[in-house]
Amino acid sequence: MSDVLAVTEHRRGELRDVSFEVITAGRNLADETGGDLHLAVIGGDTESFADSLNREGVDAVHTVSEGEEFDHDVYTQAVEALHADLDPEVLLMPNSVNGLDYAPAVANSLDLPLVTDAVGLDYDDGLTVTREMYGSKVETTVEVSGDQQAVTIRSAEWPAAEGVGDAEIAEFDVDIEADDGSVVTGFEEVGGGDVDISEADFIVSIGRGIEEEDNLPLIEDLVEATDATLASSRPIVDNGWLPKNRQVGQSGKVVTPTVYLAIGISGAVQHVAGMKGADTIIAVNTDPNAPIFDIADYGIVGDLFEVVPELIEEFE
Amino acid sequence: MKVLVTVKEVAEVADDFEIAGTEVDERYLEYDLNEWDDYAVEEAVQLKENGPAEEVVTVTVGPERSEETIRMALAKGADRAVRVWDDALEEPDILDVETKTTLLEAVVEEEDPDLVLTGVQSGDDNFGATGVSLADELGFQWGAVVNALDYDEAENVAHVHRELEGGVEELTDIDLPAVLTIQTGINEPRYASLRGIRQAQSKEIAPKSLDDLGLDAGAVESDLDLTAMYEPESESDAEIFEGDASETAGKLAEVLREKGVAE
Repeated sequence: MSDVLAVTEHRRGELRDVSFEVITAGRNLADETGGDLHLAVIGGDTESFADSLNREGVDAVHTVSEGEEFDHDVYTQAVEALHADLDPEVLLMPNSVNGLDYAPAVANSLDLPLVTDAVGLDYDDGLTVTREMYGSKVETTVEVSGDQQAVTIRSAEWPAAEGVGDAEIAEFDVDIEADDGSVVTGFEEVGGGDVDISEADFIVSIGRGIEEEDNLPLIEDLVEATDATLASSRPIVDNGWLPKNRQVGQSGKVVTPTVYLAIGISGAVQHVAGMKGADTIIAVNTDPNAPIFDIADYGIVGDLFEVVPELIEEFE
Repeated sequence: MKVLVTVKEVAEVADDFEIAGTEVDERYLEYDLNEWDDYAVEEAVQLKENGPAEEVVTVTVGPERSEETIRMALAKGADRAVRVWDDALEEPDILDVETKTTLLEAVVEEEDPDLVLTGVQSGDDNFGATGVSLADELGFQWGAVVNALDYDEAENVAHVHRELEGGVEELTDIDLPAVLTIQTGINEPRYASLRGIRQAQSKEIAPKSLDDLGLDAGAVESDLDLTAMYEPESESDAEIFEGDASETAGKLAEVLREKGVAE
């Protein structure tokens, strides 16, 4: 019972990156528990997914051919059935939007302690999970009791597994009880609008630090003076100050400009996911401990309302 | 239709703070309504203003101090509140999902709502799991990370958008009774009006102990033990520009010119 079962994820015909990260996390953990690493892939083209998932360190891939896209009823039932069959010590799932749509139900049904959004995993006679609190201001370690546990892992915290493995690939039959109480009817791309920020070379991006909508013209002046493209972190879009197609981050756009100038952005992990691929990252923030400085190449610890007008002057 | 909204009072940590043991020292904490729950409250109040909901009730697991936050939700238009607390809840450093599920399930069974709205996550411990766990326990339908909600009264169906990663939304029809976890940006939470704040003073906040809910201390034994808390090590190798605003802006401008993105 010292095995690890990790559930993979795909969307619109493609495995998502976290599927390969969960292999790395799962393999490391299985080495510590002394067990095998089992993967589950549910729905879609399971055959080709299983081939791609057969990377170094994977002992078995279990495929459940049911449906094309994510459906939480199918995932919940399939993972529960696999768990009952394999009886693993730890169940790993992605801490993605879809992960959070089935993992808590699985944990509840199986009566497993659940720890979400893990950034580290250790096993030594028991499971210890590292996770963050208070918007990444502190890190904590949590010991989880019980013989079996469920954990969701944060994306991009573990490297993607590579190499080709020699896993056993097998179809797993589950009787899925149809439930039409929740039905996925389609997908919609967010945004529209006139600008595609993912194409921009120089992005000036703003966050909570601009405080109020009335301060937006100041930033727009900078954007005009430098011929940049304006983008933002989530709160600015949530407030309705900029349209959704300007949002950079996990739930917004991924951008890869030459320069990303982050003004008044603290650098929450969800935002960083969308902009860490920029060649050069420059941050302006009053808080010297803001996580944005951890990934910035250049920084100004200072008040944007003093710095930005000076910067505009430089280019006018 | 009755809507139950989970409302959490969360601690926010100051920019500079100290850790004492496995807690942030109380001096550096400020308490506020959980950001995600603010949107959930607004969504519920709009359902009432637009017709389908007759009553909006909030439920909070929290000590007496949290009544200030609960009053904020009442001032924004919730009709009444339930507050669950017990000395047994003082003990664990961190409440696990199972405990929160058990407590909320007991309240749902008393209140019998058609729709439960929760925030996607809380700003402090950030589990993001209670809503779906609760739905599973209740045998309700559910949807996680909802950023658009259109309730069809005739069909008793919630047409929702779930905000996936990368600018894609999933469209889902969910039969009631259901639990929906609400994402920020779904609406524009209102500020409490002075009139609302005055009215909130006379609204009911019903305290419930474990005993009141038919539970015992065993129901709140946590599987999780918070063993350490520390500030993450800074991995910064950023070159920080020194000087006043004019000097730092000058150096920044130099970099922009060097990189060829601005002239």
